[in-house]
Amino acid sequence: MTSKSDREDIGARLSFDRSVSGRRAVDTPEWDGPRAEPLPEGLTRGGLRLPELSQGQLVRYYTALSHLNFGVDSGTYPLGSCTMKYNPKVNDEVAGLPGFAGVHPLAPEVEVQGTLEVLFELQEMLGAITGLPAVSLAPAAGAQGELAGMLMVKKVLQERGEGERRRVIVPDSAHGTNPASAAMVGFTVTEIPSGPGGSMDPAALERELDDTVAALMVTLPNTLGLWERDIERVVRLVHDNGSYVYGDGANLNPLLGRIRFGDLGFDVVHLNLHKTFSTPHGGGGPGAGPVCATPELAAYLPAPVIVPAAVDDEVRFRLARPTSSIGRLQQFHGNIGVLLRAYAYIRTLGLDGLRATSGAAVLNANYLRSLLEEHYALPYPGTVMHEAVFSGARQRRKHGVRTYDIAKRLIDYGFHPPTVYFPLIVEEALMIEPTETEAREDIEAFAATMAAIAEEAAQDPDVLHNAPHTAPISRLDEATAARRPELRWWPGEQAREE
Amino acid sequence: MDFPSDLSYTPEDEWVRVEDGEASIGITGYAQDQLGDIVFVDLPEPGRTFSKGETFGVIESVKAVSDLFMPLSGEVIARNERLADEPELVNESPYEDGWMIRVRIGNADELDALLSADAYRDQLPED
Repeated sequence: MTSKSDREDIGARLSFDRSVSGRRAVDTPEWDGPRAEPLPEGLTRGGLRLPELSQGQLVRYYTALSHLNFGVDSGTYPLGSCTMKYNPKVNDEVAGLPGFAGVHPLAPEVEVQGTLEVLFELQEMLGAITGLPAVSLAPAAGAQGELAGMLMVKKVLQERGEGERRRVIVPDSAHGTNPASAAMVGFTVTEIPSGPGGSMDPAALERELDDTVAALMVTLPNTLGLWERDIERVVRLVHDNGSYVYGDGANLNPLLGRIRFGDLGFDVVHLNLHKTFSTPHGGGGPGAGPVCATPELAAYLPAPVIVPAAVDDEVRFRLARPTSSIGRLQQFHGNIGVLLRAYAYIRTLGLDGLRATSGAAVLNANYLRSLLEEHYALPYPGTVMHEAVFSGARQRRKHGVRTYDIAKRLIDYGFHPPTVYFPLIVEEALMIEPTETEAREDIEAFAATMAAIAEEAAQDPDVLHNAPHTAPISRLDEATAARRPELRWWPGEQAREE
Repeated sequence: MDFPSDLSYTPEDEWVRVEDGEASIGITGYAQDQLGDIVFVDLPEPGRTFSKGETFGVIESVKAVSDLFMPLSGEVIARNERLADEPELVNESPYEDGWMIRVRIGNADELDALLSADAYRDQLPED
């Protein structure tokens, strides 16, 4: 075990700081073949300032850095809304098969029929899981899926001659990306408050519905981890108004194999494959946010979609552009590796396995909720789905300890903190999602630690105020980090001035 | 938490200081405490006119981004230029150095709708 000063050293010293001029990681033999004419004077430069280390130093450096990581493979990672489940390694193996990993994005269709067939089957499976059969795998992340869905709504409304519908209604319990995506498409956003129980208030929705409303964006279950009790009535109200219902499917995990967006009347949803269907997720990607829609909206899907070819011996699947497509979202075809992992995940579990997954996810979340309820306030009490949102308000008022301090203290105990200060409708929010893959003992250990921290808050609040005590870096100056970030490192002041 | 008694307040956690037909506007000590460390404050150019309840600016903390709402109608005649480089003044001195804009009051009747320090404290969530 390294001492704290060692770890501080690892955090503070970059490979450049260890550089010794002339040192090398690999000795290459001297070139004795013909040499090209040297470039003319003025076209060359020196002083590239690359770190010069021995191979052993380099390996130790990166190994040390990797030890500073915390991931789902290291411990419990109950980051609410992110569904940080364990990712079976067989999925990585499948994605890494040379026949998939070696495919070039510009390869002719005839040479990538296997990959296209798998992606076509994934489209079909996601269509079956959501009950929305028109699927495009193109979006490379959840927010891009939202953007695609809202662009589809905008385009279909324009083609219907209803381009004056420019408002999108978003409940205050939606994911924060929802209003951002709607605004990015050029819609104006109207926020409606949740009812007292944490579900959407149909009366508040009804007051806003008129012929300027393009769509409602619903996160289901919502960010409080709650099922929307009036969802069927809500969908009917929106449809009777001539508007569309967009579903944020980032929280699909507790619904798998049990409830389908299509059956509820949703028009278009996006899924986060990198949450619900495994893939090492976190640290910003890569992701995959397919959109699934009703047949009515199929023509508007982002390109490309994979379609069976007309009878032809060699080409059985093609990349196609739907007739009224909103277009491409990026060059090439999204993050295929993530799509392949999702495919392997679904194939491994099957429908029964997916249903067991959602059942265990809900059971785990509610078990954890029951263990924590006596230690932390739960502003929206009752049965939750995939996650529970607690509040640190009690600790704050009684002991001057904030959710921020509680989260930092969890690091000392070897847990990744939950999502904090979101959703905004819960004061001092602690958003905790254990997922189905945490064992009972892991959930109990996390709950016992949270209880111990609540006790520390009462007995010795400064332990929390100064946490984490064991991490290589304790508290950052977050205001300065946000306002004056130093994103480049230079070897000494003189070099900076060059 | 104490709130200066010579100021008026809104339920959106803004304070108003009225002097000679002009009003200075900022956010309350409670608001900055809830937001946490402030990292950006985006304020309107002088000369712009807003109605009561309109968004006049945006405040960003390490936790969240929030709109700033006009407590009353009026024309912006000055903004606190220091906040561009020192947004932490909102945390350190919400009622003095952390002021945001000064406006020429458009409709003095709207002042009646503002809250006293006591009324503002009473409508905050219970401590």
